[in-house]
Amino acid sequence: MKLLTREALLSFRRAPLLSALSITTIAFSLFTLGLFGLVAINLREALRGLEERVEIVAFVLRGTPAETITLATQDIAAFPEVQDVAYVTEEQALARARRELVEFRDAYRDLQVNPLPASIEVRLKDGYRDAATVEQVAQRLRGFEFVNDVRFGREWVQKLDHLRNITGVVGLVIGLAFAAVAVVIIGVTIRLTLLQRAREISIMRLVGATNWFIRGPFLLEGALKGLLGGLLSLALCYAGYLLFRDRSGGTFAGLIFFQPAQLFAIVVFGVMLGLGGSLVSVGRHLRHV
Amino acid sequence: MIRLSHVYKSYPNGALALKDVSFRIGKGEFVFLTGHSGAGKSTIMRLLFAEQQPTSGEVRVSGYDVSTLRPDDIPRLRRRLGVVFQDFRLLEDRTAAENIAFALEVTGARSDTIAARVMRVLTQVGLSAKSRAYPRELSGGEQQRVAIARALVNDPAILVADEPTGNLDERATRGVFQLLRDINAGGTVIVMATHDLDLVRQANYRTIELRDGGVVFDSAEDEAGEAEAAR
Repeated sequence: MKLLTREALLSFRRAPLLSALSITTIAFSLFTLGLFGLVAINLREALRGLEERVEIVAFVLRGTPAETITLATQDIAAFPEVQDVAYVTEEQALARARRELVEFRDAYRDLQVNPLPASIEVRLKDGYRDAATVEQVAQRLRGFEFVNDVRFGREWVQKLDHLRNITGVVGLVIGLAFAAVAVVIIGVTIRLTLLQRAREISIMRLVGATNWFIRGPFLLEGALKGLLGGLLSLALCYAGYLLFRDRSGGTFAGLIFFQPAQLFAIVVFGVMLGLGGSLVSVGRHLRHV
Repeated sequence: MIRLSHVYKSYPNGALALKDVSFRIGKGEFVFLTGHSGAGKSTIMRLLFAEQQPTSGEVRVSGYDVSTLRPDDIPRLRRRLGVVFQDFRLLEDRTAAENIAFALEVTGARSDTIAARVMRVLTQVGLSAKSRAYPRELSGGEQQRVAIARALVNDPAILVADEPTGNLDERATRGVFQLLRDINAGGTVIVMATHDLDLVRQANYRTIELRDGGVVFDSAEDEAGEAEAAR
């Protein structure tokens, strides 16, 4: 183990420029990945804010007895998709209209008869706010005899759905592309080290070192480079995040950074990339020595 | 210790390097493999330390069948052999002692035994005073002695030497050859490929001569034949 660590560290000392180059390339690959990740989590956060406002409103026929509505509300609250249900009486609807629609305040004040219907407002749980589920719940609400009409901003919900899907696909594609680039770069830098140390490896094989023993230091070297690259990329991401947040003049003041688990995942991903790159490179090289 | 039976070796380009080669080498023997360049000496050497496998036939070395050896077993075989080359194959950035210690470290020797074992073989090859010298500070003969010390440090039963004196002047050649004879006197089997016929004539060791990939002369068979005829 001591020898393994020593050999792995020795390559940093023997080829500091090459090592710095590989760590920097890993860092930049992960940095790009990280920046995209930041955009993705902030977009998701923004979408979550919008999604919370997804609401289904079922308008109630005039004259429906209060008990019927109370029972129905309890039924609806028991739907697995439903977060909460609120019953808005005709009077409450009018009061709200007067409060929120300032420009029509006079018109509402002069009314002899309240034209607004009572309604049941349904908000869905996180994870159930996609177009298909919303439509399903709306359909069930239409099934109640006293329900006159159901509104839920179909287009809006569908657009949100679409945006979320696009974000997911684009994130995955770009993320995978960058991961592949990082693996190739790490593989190439490890290969350069391997070529530099080809003589040493041939002697190790000659005196009977096992392949795993020969691989060990290179794998550790790859993992270490991945670790350092990952940490460096986090520093770059954080710098980028601060710069963007502070220079935006408040527009992006609410931007969020990675959670500890996500930070850890990025570093682990860096280590995996480093290991993967060196494994491929060492495997290929050892077959040909 | 070593047995080759009807060994053929051809390369992907179709070149036939060995044709029906058979011989046995027993305990304690010192054997010269001679022949011109391209006669097949180095191919036999590479078969002995399992760098290559025969196309057909059987190669047995120290109990291992090289023809069917699994990749995982190759290191095990090599730990029972010492291998020496014409170009020494030392690591330039390590001292003589570190070069030898390297062979022990990478095969998992206990670290508290390494220094003593290194010193023992350095003394054996007459270089105890130069343990801290780097290869560039040593003469060709001394570098080859370090390489031999590295080959010996795992106490191999067989030492395979491919043109070990090929890069040395006459004096260094004599010194290295004498060292190999001393090692053989201690019981280690030595197989030495060389095209230096003066060296072969100096000592009365068994000689196997190769030409175009086949054995054309084996002094052991010759002697056996003569003994047979005398009876």
